[in-house]
Amino acid sequence: MNNVGPSLSRRMLLQGAGSVALIGLGFGAISFSAIPALAAANDKYPEDAFKQKSDADAIKALYGKTAEASDKVKLDAPEIAENGGVVPIAVATTLTDVTSIAFLASENPNALAAFYVIPEGTVPAVANRLKMAKTCNVIAIVEAGGKLYSATKEVKVTVGGCGG
Amino acid sequence: MASTIRVRATASGDTTEVQALVQHPMDSGFVKDAQGQLIPPHFIQQLTFEHNGKTVFLANWGPAVSKDPYVKFSFKGGAKGDDLKISWTDNKGANDSTTAKIG
Repeated sequence: MNNVGPSLSRRMLLQGAGSVALIGLGFGAISFSAIPALAAANDKYPEDAFKQKSDADAIKALYGKTAEASDKVKLDAPEIAENGGVVPIAVATTLTDVTSIAFLASENPNALAAFYVIPEGTVPAVANRLKMAKTCNVIAIVEAGGKLYSATKEVKVTVGGCGG
Repeated sequence: MASTIRVRATASGDTTEVQALVQHPMDSGFVKDAQGQLIPPHFIQQLTFEHNGKTVFLANWGPAVSKDPYVKFSFKGGAKGDDLKISWTDNKGANDSTTAKIG
């Protein structure tokens, strides 16, 4: 009787301790998964932003804030695009803590063309090829340190990229 | 079946430059075919680059990205001989992936 008592209570204590430990692990697991969940939120395809028509609406849908023009964002785009279906556009920046880069074409049916997530350790520069419906402003947005910076360049398009 | 993804990744110092070319129609949904019917949108939505299990670049694309899309970027920490995994998914639920060696 005396032996059962302490061992029972010890077992209960251990079980209790075990379940507390498990709960602790559970909480730990939950908070650990919250971190990748935040990162995963960043990995989600920004469907809504791609559906917006104007560049202002697309930037708002993507970031919820507005950008200030900055000469630290270097936008490389041709003066004249012979083929609106394939316009080589690149951006580089000297800004630090860059987390994303977006490209928009103001007169495209949907302004947002591409949105790049830049993890830490990746150089904040992207080169790509975009379709442009007609002569308009190409806008590059760089998100750095939680703020938005932009560069804009007008690109003349001789043959539209929407297939006529 | 051959992959739709062509990659060249070159390490120079601690920076690896990656160029990728993906075979894909990237139909915008705004173009009509010979019969005058709209060709439905068919485009890559996400293109992911992973090195050592970490995403080093994520491209979110809309239909305004050119056909057979090309992208170039660089990241730090890669070394010659390392694997770089590239995968994409499109709006029709198709996907493809490939692994390339950093040269």
